[in-house]
Amino acid sequence: MNCEECHEREASLHFTKIINGEKTEFHICEHCAKEKGEFLPGSNSFSIHQLLSGLLHGDGHVPNTPSSNFIPPSLSCEKCGMSYYQFAKIGRFGCDNCYKAFESKLNPIFKRVHGGNTLHAGKIPLRAGSSIQEKKQLQQLKQALQQYILNEEFEKAAETRDVIREIEHRLQQGRDT
Amino acid sequence: MSLERFISDAISPWMKREGPESDIVLSSRVRLARNIHQYVFPIAADKESAHEVISAISTCMSEENEEAEKLEMLMMETLKPVQKRVLVEKHLISPNLAEQAKYGAVLMNADESVSIMVNEEDHIRIQCLAPGFQLEEVLHRANEIDDFIEKNVDYAFDERRGYLTSCPTNVGTGLRASVMMHLPALVLSKKMSRIIPAINQLGLAVRGIYGEGTEAQGNIFQISNQMTLGKSEEDIMEDLAGVVTQVIQQERAARQQLQDGLKLQLEDKLFRSLGTLENCRIIQSKEAAKCLSDVRLGIDLEILPGISKTILNELMILTQPGFLQQYAGEVLTPEERDIRRATLIRERIKLENR
Repeated sequence: MNCEECHEREASLHFTKIINGEKTEFHICEHCAKEKGEFLPGSNSFSIHQLLSGLLHGDGHVPNTPSSNFIPPSLSCEKCGMSYYQFAKIGRFGCDNCYKAFESKLNPIFKRVHGGNTLHAGKIPLRAGSSIQEKKQLQQLKQALQQYILNEEFEKAAETRDVIREIEHRLQQGRDT
Repeated sequence: MSLERFISDAISPWMKREGPESDIVLSSRVRLARNIHQYVFPIAADKESAHEVISAISTCMSEENEEAEKLEMLMMETLKPVQKRVLVEKHLISPNLAEQAKYGAVLMNADESVSIMVNEEDHIRIQCLAPGFQLEEVLHRANEIDDFIEKNVDYAFDERRGYLTSCPTNVGTGLRASVMMHLPALVLSKKMSRIIPAINQLGLAVRGIYGEGTEAQGNIFQISNQMTLGKSEEDIMEDLAGVVTQVIQQERAARQQLQDGLKLQLEDKLFRSLGTLENCRIIQSKEAAKCLSDVRLGIDLEILPGISKTILNELMILTQPGFLQQYAGEVLTPEERDIRRATLIRERIKLENR
């Protein structure tokens, strides 16, 4: 079949459009398709988000209990206003808080996209990272403090309490600046 | 403008250097996706917040930089479509930034080996390129820039999920590493169709030269990691490098086999392609890419001596529609482009024979 545009080259692209039950077909060659479309290289591809959106809607594949599978229409992010339905449709988060807002839904998605992984194992930013380290230290110290109090080791408890206050103070300052 | 001058302007300076394994690996690339905590992602951003992101990054990058590297910033709104297209063809920006990003911008260094896209899908996308097979070096470079930006910006980061990105496929490290490979012998010996599924099974993607969904023009393939969560940057790079090393060996073996078994047929094919490029008057990009791939193979196998190695890299980019139109200084129809393309290739090869 010849291309309907140039009538010279072999038609390699075949389009079928169905609008309100009315079917139209056209057949053109790659060369003319490019001219018609004027697309940038790579931009005409089936987007990853369309694929992803399919995955997100396919929540049911995961052996979930029906109750955890239910998405309340009100599930949305308070920072950017994106609802879970919107997220599932476009396959993209609207802001960093969406990760918190949709937390309960994310593990199955990450597992599917990242080969079963759900937790980060790579780089930690230098500045934000130091506060993460301190938060972990803080948790450990608080546990130790409880232990000292239980054991009635009050001197050690007082020392630990001072260290905790110091770190908390530092974290607070870091947040303010 | 003279052709020599146009070529030297059109080809990114980093491409003129030769890297390791450059007979097969054309270039290595790393991209890091980052977002700023205080702003919503570009997809949900209004004009005001998008402009704040741009100014936050431009102030941050204009600060004293230890390498004292100057980055030039271009705003997408101020560029003509053909200018944007040229940047895409040089791999300095993504098609997405050129076409869709509302308040997009890009910062580039002088030799174009570093480009930072602003307000693409994520606030910040740091991209580093290098010739040949040098993944470690490009990751190191990208990390330095990442650390530099982080001094002045609060990244969207979560202890459990890592760097938070707009698309769930980038969360974690935000790292996409890719290697552009010229694999004519594997294609010719029909081994590529078996290799691609094997690579896919290892969690890596194989694509054409311009990324997602594009055809492998001129036997050029891009291999990249898919997973970004649950593995460290080093492990991701190691897995990719391991596969690339194996593909290099396979391609070398296939080239050897062709030379041993089908030397005359191979020579015939390669010389014919050179003849086509030297004599064509009208040529479509697909045929041009095929012939350029043959000529490059001929250079690497020392069948076609006296032609510079960079000819494939150069002409693959120069014969793209954006560059042809920029060289012509006007918008061209596909037919006009095919004529211009033929002229440009012939003139470029003449430069070699001088």
